[in-house]
Amino acid sequence: MKIDSYRFLPRSFRPIYENPTPDGTDPVWAPFEKRLGSSRIALLTSSGMYIEESQESFDLDRERAEPTWGDPSFRVIPKPLDRIGLAHLHISHDDILADPNIALPIDRLVDAEERRVIGEVAPRHYSVMGFQGASLEGWREIAAPGIIDLLHEDEVDGLILAPV
Amino acid sequence: MPVLARWIEAAGIPTVVVTMMPDLASALFNPRTVGVEFPFGHPFGMPGDTAMQGRVLGEALNVLAGADRFGTRIDIDIEWPVPRKEAYKAWQPPEPSPITQWWIERNMLER
Repeated sequence: MKIDSYRFLPRSFRPIYENPTPDGTDPVWAPFEKRLGSSRIALLTSSGMYIEESQESFDLDRERAEPTWGDPSFRVIPKPLDRIGLAHLHISHDDILADPNIALPIDRLVDAEERRVIGEVAPRHYSVMGFQGASLEGWREIAAPGIIDLLHEDEVDGLILAPV
Repeated sequence: MPVLARWIEAAGIPTVVVTMMPDLASALFNPRTVGVEFPFGHPFGMPGDTAMQGRVLGEALNVLAGADRFGTRIDIDIEWPVPRKEAYKAWQPPEPSPITQWWIERNMLER
């Protein structure tokens, strides 16, 4: 079966998403070589999640002043999940604040570890603010290399990314 | 987000993207995609519904570890348990985002 990618999108937004320009077209592929049951898995959300007590919010003031700009930084979300904040002007926050697992399912990943479906939950997970406006250069220069370094450092075998 | 997945994949780490817009992920040449017909903000399902969240996560893990070719896309057959109209309204921010506002001011959105 094939789902409807536009079911919940306002109709006026549809043309923006229908003919995107890809950053690259080559078939990038890293084979998953370990058994899932002995692999270390990490998560990444684009919900603008951050740890309220210890981290800065993403910069929403600048986005408000400069609507074609989005904060390209990233946050490290440790396991277990502390009290989170959300900085994202494009979605309602209510449901993610009620249950962060709908965007960053750390508790479900712990369940999978306990059932030995995976080897272990990575010690660090990641959050970005998904709206990047006119340019991907910020992500290319800041978020991507920073996250990749930490994934290598933690010897992560696979990453699940979930845009919101 | 597929662009991040591609860069991370190119650095040697296998990825899977769980998304409400799998057509977009495919158009952006995403390596592995799991599609869900859920309102935005809810890639793993309903708050408090651990069974639904676990099923989506399980499918993501299967595709991550089991896909044998670039561009694999699996869509999950779960119907959102809230009527469309209600869910469509509920996912949206309390006020239009700055870029939406900007587009409206410049008449850039189709009516």
